[in-house]
Amino acid sequence: MSSNSFAYNEQSGGGEATELGQEATSTISPSGAFGLFSSDLKKNEDLKQMLESNKDSAKLDAMKRIVGMMAKGKNASELFPAVVKNVASKNIEIKKLVYVYLVRYAEEQQDLALLSISTFQRALKDPNQLIRASALRVLSSIRVPIIVPIMMLAIKEAAADLSPYVRKNAAHAIQKLYSLDPEQKEMLIEVIEKLLKDKSTLVAGSVVMAFEEVCPDRIDLIHKNYRKLCNLLVDVEEWGQVVIIHMLTRYARTQFVSPWKEDDGVEDNEKNFYESDDEEKEKTEKRKKPYTMDPDHRLLIRNTKPLLQSRNAAVVMAVAQLFWHLSPKSEASIISKSLVRLLRSNREVQYIVLQNIATMSIQRKGMFEPYLKSFYVRSTDPTMIKTLKLEILTNLANEANISTLLREFQTYVKSQDKQFAAATIQTIGRCATNISEITDACLNGLVCLLSNRDEIVVAESVVVIKKLLQMQPAQHGEIIKHMAKLLDSITVPVARASILWLIGENCERVPKIAPDVLRRMAKSFTSEDDLVKLQILNLGAKLYLTNSKQTKLLTQYILNLGKYDQNYDIRDRTRFIRQLIVPNEKSGALSKYAKKILLAQKPAPLLESPFKDRDHFQLGTLSHTLNTKATGYLELSNWPEVAPDPAVRNVEVIELAKEWTPAGKTKKENPSKKFYSESEEEDGSSDSNSDSESESGSESGEQSEEGDSSDDSSEDSSSDSGSGSESELENKRTAKKNAKNKGRSDSEDGEKENEKSKTSESSSAESSSVEESSSDSESESESASKPESRKVTKEKEKTRQDRNPVTKDVSLLDLDDFNPVSTPVALPTPALSPSLIADLEGLNLSASSSVINSRSSTKPCSAS
Amino acid sequence: MIHSLFLINSSGDIFLEKHWKSVVSRSVCDYFFEAQERATEAENVPPVIPTPHHYLLSVYRHKIFFVAVIQTEVPPLFVIEFLHRVVDTFQDYFGVCSEPVIKDNVVVVYEVLEEMLDNGFPLATESNILKELIKPPTILRTVVNTITGSTNVGDQLPTGQLSVVPWRRTGVKYTNNEAYFDVIEEIDAIIDKSGSTITAEIQGVIDACVKLTGMPDLTLSFMNPRLLDDVSFHPCVRFKRWESERILSFIPPDGNFRLLSYHVSAQNLVAIPVYVKHNISFRDSSSLGRFEITVGPKQTMGKAIEGVIVTSQMPKGVLNMSLTPSQGTHTFDPVTKMLSWDVGKINPQKLPSLKGTMSLQAGASKPDENPTINLQFKIQQLAISGLKVNRLDMYGEKYKPFKGIKYMTKAGKFQVRT
Repeated sequence: MSSNSFAYNEQSGGGEATELGQEATSTISPSGAFGLFSSDLKKNEDLKQMLESNKDSAKLDAMKRIVGMMAKGKNASELFPAVVKNVASKNIEIKKLVYVYLVRYAEEQQDLALLSISTFQRALKDPNQLIRASALRVLSSIRVPIIVPIMMLAIKEAAADLSPYVRKNAAHAIQKLYSLDPEQKEMLIEVIEKLLKDKSTLVAGSVVMAFEEVCPDRIDLIHKNYRKLCNLLVDVEEWGQVVIIHMLTRYARTQFVSPWKEDDGVEDNEKNFYESDDEEKEKTEKRKKPYTMDPDHRLLIRNTKPLLQSRNAAVVMAVAQLFWHLSPKSEASIISKSLVRLLRSNREVQYIVLQNIATMSIQRKGMFEPYLKSFYVRSTDPTMIKTLKLEILTNLANEANISTLLREFQTYVKSQDKQFAAATIQTIGRCATNISEITDACLNGLVCLLSNRDEIVVAESVVVIKKLLQMQPAQHGEIIKHMAKLLDSITVPVARASILWLIGENCERVPKIAPDVLRRMAKSFTSEDDLVKLQILNLGAKLYLTNSKQTKLLTQYILNLGKYDQNYDIRDRTRFIRQLIVPNEKSGALSKYAKKILLAQKPAPLLESPFKDRDHFQLGTLSHTLNTKATGYLELSNWPEVAPDPAVRNVEVIELAKEWTPAGKTKKENPSKKFYSESEEEDGSSDSNSDSESESGSESGEQSEEGDSSDDSSEDSSSDSGSGSESELENKRTAKKNAKNKGRSDSEDGEKENEKSKTSESSSAESSSVEESSSDSESESESASKPESRKVTKEKEKTRQDRNPVTKDVSLLDLDDFNPVSTPVALPTPALSPSLIADLEGLNLSASSSVINSRSSTKPCSAS
Repeated sequence: MIHSLFLINSSGDIFLEKHWKSVVSRSVCDYFFEAQERATEAENVPPVIPTPHHYLLSVYRHKIFFVAVIQTEVPPLFVIEFLHRVVDTFQDYFGVCSEPVIKDNVVVVYEVLEEMLDNGFPLATESNILKELIKPPTILRTVVNTITGSTNVGDQLPTGQLSVVPWRRTGVKYTNNEAYFDVIEEIDAIIDKSGSTITAEIQGVIDACVKLTGMPDLTLSFMNPRLLDDVSFHPCVRFKRWESERILSFIPPDGNFRLLSYHVSAQNLVAIPVYVKHNISFRDSSSLGRFEITVGPKQTMGKAIEGVIVTSQMPKGVLNMSLTPSQGTHTFDPVTKMLSWDVGKINPQKLPSLKGTMSLQAGASKPDENPTINLQFKIQQLAISGLKVNRLDMYGEKYKPFKGIKYMTKAGKFQVRT
């Protein structure tokens, strides 16, 4: 039957084909069992014919139908030869669909797939970057081991391509090749190393992805690119951001010392021992102060912070986990607002975010306390969300908010979702144990619930009360009496067992009730659940020891019943208890201690969060969600006790000038200006620093903005010099430079807007470079100012001098990252208006120059 | 990263599969079906399901499960966010995202998916770029295609991917240049039995529809930006400018997009525009219960409340309800026990009410809790937080665009406990 219906489906497919295919000549007549097979064959014949026809439309129709088959999961591999022929089709859509087909089936038809390779090899040399890229994409997706050398060659070539888009595809191809043939690892690492140096935002995300997949342990490859990645991060596309942030989190944990204060004392002691000489300078600094954050560490935290504003939940979560794992504890609290925002999103996002918040809220309650109400449960939430919210509410409960929370819990207990109501009762129990003030109130509340109509609720309450009473074995006779009465009505075994255990433990406090309960239980023994039977035996034994006069016979009766029970556990227990409590000749020393054994002081159970043990997984990972180590999970290492040499991240300035200049600019600006555009980027970041730290920085920014908005360029430069001297009066060099700069910009008066923005860039570069040298050491800047006085006004020489201080130890980026204390007060004077800088930062760096163009040309309009 | 994608409909059929790396057998979905069975309700299916060799991450939207197959560690939100982006893209392309539509457009779907991921890593997810690569199907284009034999695939190459502003396509041209912004605020609230507010907050979004020629550079400023407590931006917004001046400065994508979503700071008291008077009682003895709801306006700033819909999940013991509304229509589904009352517009002079009796299961005890009432409503021309756009300016292009701003307030998750 099933084969029949299948065949009919095929037929109807064939019918469609005749309608669709304009070129189809053969019509299919379904007739009987014989016809079925032939039609199946015919149908593919028909497709083959269409593929071989001269008309594109027929080919296209055939390809569309084949794609439809693939989508449904039907096997279309036998059409391979016919399809491959069309790989060189002129029609783009046919070509694309053939690619789709090829990638899917090449693995199964390796020999035939080779026919297509030459087409791609040709396309790899195409002048159009997009064609090159797509050829590489398909070529590397064909999983045919024979072509590994060809792929390797193609990847190497593409990695050196002029187009960043092609390089991006090369980075993707690395992973594909690696999964096809892991033996290529070494060669691929070379390519990764090369691509990591790439300064394009397009490439960054993809190459880091390749890095994570091929050689995540080669952390040494990151050193030189660390600062660049931090600075590019804002402009990388969102998916790349996630990958880079996760990688940098791991990196930072191996390279920096812990910013968490608790560990400080220990660390300092050890540092004194293991200190190495070459880092002496830094260490002395550290000895004075308990902890100084590495400027690179600070750079990472500062540059990721704006991404909390991303619309992409994955990016926000990635930044949140970075702050959680890397930032000083006082700074981590800014992530809570953004995480709470994500709770507005889809249920799947909520689920993951709530899980992470649950883990966080165990360790640092304060972070989410202000958002307590955001975790209130709505009746429309799915159950999994409800329980997670409850979990968080429990973690956040403290003396101050518990009364509101308990009121909220009261509504939950009444919920129609009984599973949720039961979870709420457990929650109340946990709150009661955590906060001793409310234990009594909770107990009373739970006792009230004992009269609830719903059995699940009652049972859960009994279990929780048992745990609570165990923790506070004081005078709770009343509650126990009440619970003893419940034995008549409750049928849930766990609850009955709990009550019996409780009475047994406290049998001396309720001397009248306990024997009576035993009497009643003896009657119903045979019909009880195994769980309850065991507890009846326990109760009997305990009573026998404390009150043997009243209960001796009853206990023996129960032991006799237990002796012939069907369950071997119960028979076992019976035998054990009889030997233990009933004295006879054979019983050895144990029976003397029977009372101590049975009525020993038992430690109260700890009511713990199920999220307690999750914190050893990095937040935001799949492993954390599942609470097991997922394949390929990369452990987050502990902070090193001594930071590895920070100098490994320094990049030679010559390299800097070449490598860091955004691609778009290289084309337009001459070599001497490359340097400035680089430092301008940096200036922007230091500007943001000064903005946050002091008001004066932003004021001067406004000032220069006024100058900027007016058309007069001389006014522009004068405002520059004004603000420059303001901040660094003591430094003569600045004044000179500014004067010179003035002269230059005067001479350029009347040039295009574009030029103007460049001069302002260059002046800003100067001011920042001055700051570098001065912060390095006072004496050095003085010595630097000597040759300065002799200096001819040539741009190139200046740049060389600027490099001097930098190559020593600290690279360009370090300076604005230093603590205000270590830096001489000089704030960089933003020669660019803050808005312009904002534009530069906000936009893709590679394009900033062209954007400046359009922006500055529009500026006057806005002013008028 | 993402190995394969399976689309599963509500009856459990896999109606589309796509693989980006080597093929994963569709039998892997059996684990998903197992979890689905255990969860009973679709929305309780866990988003992350581990299987011996793979991990299944799924989202559930438009009655379709989008199940991604993962083999190694990856941030789960990365995949989930991407799957949502896929659904958004389909919606953008086809207007609706449903099983028949996807089946009808399977070729376009396949082409789009092919462009969105390369080797499981997102490649092009901006709808502006995707639309340049693969044209969305329209009736006109289908007709033209069948006659001329031309194709859906754009014959131009996707320059957007390489451009400065990757979210905007190049060479945009309109005869009428217009930019519309909708400020939409949603009130999330829980109101308790006595009518006092337990929690209330306002979440807002600014959705934009921008059809402007060329490369316009827009700035949007607010009268009272301080109201915005927490914001998230479309990638086009320049973050630094917002930090320093509280101005939204951006080169917009072409077409519809969400510019900004925000949260209004918790210090501000939230005006609750409606109240619900309710009297729902079950009696122990009789098998009849009383039911009465009245909805009325509270703090509406003089605006009319429209589109009011009251829904409530009645307890299991309720067999049927016989109710008479003073206006609108109501339905009660005896299987799911869902009561829904479409009220429409509230007339302050004559408050809408719904009265009647409930018949309860004979012999069953009365439910311990009264049902929660969920409310939906709309108020046009009002942003309940008081947020106001100050002005919108355009730079970079010469023409004068037509600008429009609309405000609206809606109920978000608005619950009244009874």
